[in-house]
Amino acid sequence: MFVGTAVGCVAAGSLIGAMLALWMRLRTDALHSARALWIPKGIKVPMVPANTMLLAFIPICVFSQWAVYAARRDARSHTAIALGLVGIIGLAVINAQAFIYARMKLAVNAKAATAFNTMFYALTGTFVLLLIVGIGFSAITAFRYLGGRTTDREIVSAHALYWYFLSAVFFALWFVVYVTK
Amino acid sequence: MTTIDTHATGAATSSGVRLSSVADWLTTTDHKRIGRMFIAVSLVALLGAVVVAALLGIERIDAQAAMLDINSIPQLFALYRIALTFIVLVPLLLGIAVAVVPLQLGARSLTFPRLAAAGFWTWLVGSVLVVYSIAANGGPGGGNSRFVGLFLVGHIVLLVGLAAAVGSLVTTLLTARAPGMNMRRVPLFSWSVLVGALGLLLVLPAVIGALIYNYVDYRYGRVAFGGNQAINDWIGFGFSQPATFVYAVPVFGFAAEVIAVASGRRMPMRGVVFTGVGLVGITAALGAVLQQPADVSRNISHMSLGHWLSDVLPYALFNLLPILGGFIVIALGALALRGGRPRLIAPLVFGLLGALMVFVGILASAIYYIGDAQLAGSVFEEGTWLYIVYGAVLSALGAITYWGPKLWGRVIPDKLALPLAALGFIATVLASLPYLIAGFAKQPANASQFDYSGPQNLWNGLAAAGHVLMFVTVLAFIGLAARSFTKGAHAGDDPWDAHTLEWATSSPAPYANFADVHSVVSAEPLLDLKPRRDR
Repeated sequence: MFVGTAVGCVAAGSLIGAMLALWMRLRTDALHSARALWIPKGIKVPMVPANTMLLAFIPICVFSQWAVYAARRDARSHTAIALGLVGIIGLAVINAQAFIYARMKLAVNAKAATAFNTMFYALTGTFVLLLIVGIGFSAITAFRYLGGRTTDREIVSAHALYWYFLSAVFFALWFVVYVTK
Repeated sequence: MTTIDTHATGAATSSGVRLSSVADWLTTTDHKRIGRMFIAVSLVALLGAVVVAALLGIERIDAQAAMLDINSIPQLFALYRIALTFIVLVPLLLGIAVAVVPLQLGARSLTFPRLAAAGFWTWLVGSVLVVYSIAANGGPGGGNSRFVGLFLVGHIVLLVGLAAAVGSLVTTLLTARAPGMNMRRVPLFSWSVLVGALGLLLVLPAVIGALIYNYVDYRYGRVAFGGNQAINDWIGFGFSQPATFVYAVPVFGFAAEVIAVASGRRMPMRGVVFTGVGLVGITAALGAVLQQPADVSRNISHMSLGHWLSDVLPYALFNLLPILGGFIVIALGALALRGGRPRLIAPLVFGLLGALMVFVGILASAIYYIGDAQLAGSVFEEGTWLYIVYGAVLSALGAITYWGPKLWGRVIPDKLALPLAALGFIATVLASLPYLIAGFAKQPANASQFDYSGPQNLWNGLAAAGHVLMFVTVLAFIGLAARSFTKGAHAGDDPWDAHTLEWATSSPAPYANFADVHSVVSAEPLLDLKPRRDR
């Protein structure tokens, strides 16, 4: 399970890496074009929810490691609480992303649309998909653990690995999409 | 030492395969069945793809006359490239690997077998969507926007399915090896599958990422990626060189393995063969993913250090190192053949010719990126691609001949398979070489109407004949395999006098592969058990 998750993380890393690379390439092209326009006029990227999302990954990492720690010591209730918290904070991150969408009011088919419009949704939407997978992973891990398979600690470690991976991915995405824009 | 109780009593045998219901096949988690489904569907798809290739070849014989609808030409070219790469080449080799690798490793099953099964069905659905959408005027250059969108979604689904099966395979290779089988003792084919699969894990998601952007942009904005006309510009790296080297890496592993078996001795300098296979896979995967322009077009003697680093170094890394890797495998294979007394068996001929063809494709690709050769945008690239794809197909046919007894329990007669290997070799050369020559005459890529000095009818006629011959080869092979695997002679457990673990179990291999797996103490555990000869 742990190795399988690591393999999945490699594939997902390649996916997001390729998307970030294309983002940077098209951004450079757009800024060097005659229009020199990347983010459409009137659109502001809200930094507060983006920073909040980044900060949210700190407790996610702590709680997922707490789950591993508790599982190793057969602390069933602690493991369940930690896994539940990871899932809930994951949901909060998705909520923050939805808030960003709502605040930006970025219309993909507007006349003034640039490559930024569709690429922003494609990139962040793919990350949301990875988050949903992570929340599903938390739920499955918690149900398996609560269901009595407490000796299956590998899945808890694999779960933590996946969330560490998502944290690293979001850090890269935050820097490229929200900071350098 | 070693190996195994060769006739499992506790495990169910596969004698009931023919009686098993459709539901059993639909829900199977047996890696041999999943692999066989991949193989069967991709072989049928190969016939269809070669028909498209032959039609495009015939269309180009007379560049002034149009046999096909001129508007459908870009879509047919797209179908030809995508189908031969992602509906034939990758799944065919992947299917063989899924069926064989757990047996070679001494594993009872794949790790995550349901993931691999889901991967097969996802790939199948995606493939149908891709073909259907192109047929309905979608795909790159298509006129129906709904089906262009469906093409992009289908392509994503197809690649996700392949990536799922690859993930299962990599995890198996990393975690499910028999006791004592460290990485140095992994069979040569399994090693090449590991290298190729790790490369696929990097390349396939990168193509998926480009497709996601293209889909969202095409569906909603059409401002960034150029709409239906530019799809190939963004995803084309997935079915051109060096990405195709990654897909073809198992060809070298199979060639090395079958050479050792046919020559009846251990592969000399096994670690160096591992390095050769690794060089091809790793450099090609990096070349495909990094997309660093590898173009040497300046006079090298007047280059500054900066130009060396920006031009020559990437070129050497992504084009010359794969050549070195392929050369190492072929040279050591030749050494093994020279040192032993090789038997002329069909898998050897298929495997050797296939590896040689892929190697020629890698060599030609290095020439393509030399700017002064002025080959960019010409059919030269198509010629190199065909060398690799058809070479890999030849190798896959050899692998089916070789491992068929373990999967179906019966053998394909050598005397019937050998002529097909020769025919396939001629077909590959005929289909590919004329495009290399026409590339130097600047025949444009992906075009049916052109005009250049030289015998253009001859080159395109020869290439079309090559595709037709390949169709005959594959059709005859499918017929021969279907007949042999249902009515042919029963195979013994070890019909090739082979070296690796899969031949230690019964033929066909039972459901859980092995009744018991003991510790492995060498890379050729079966050879250790045989009477000592000159090895």
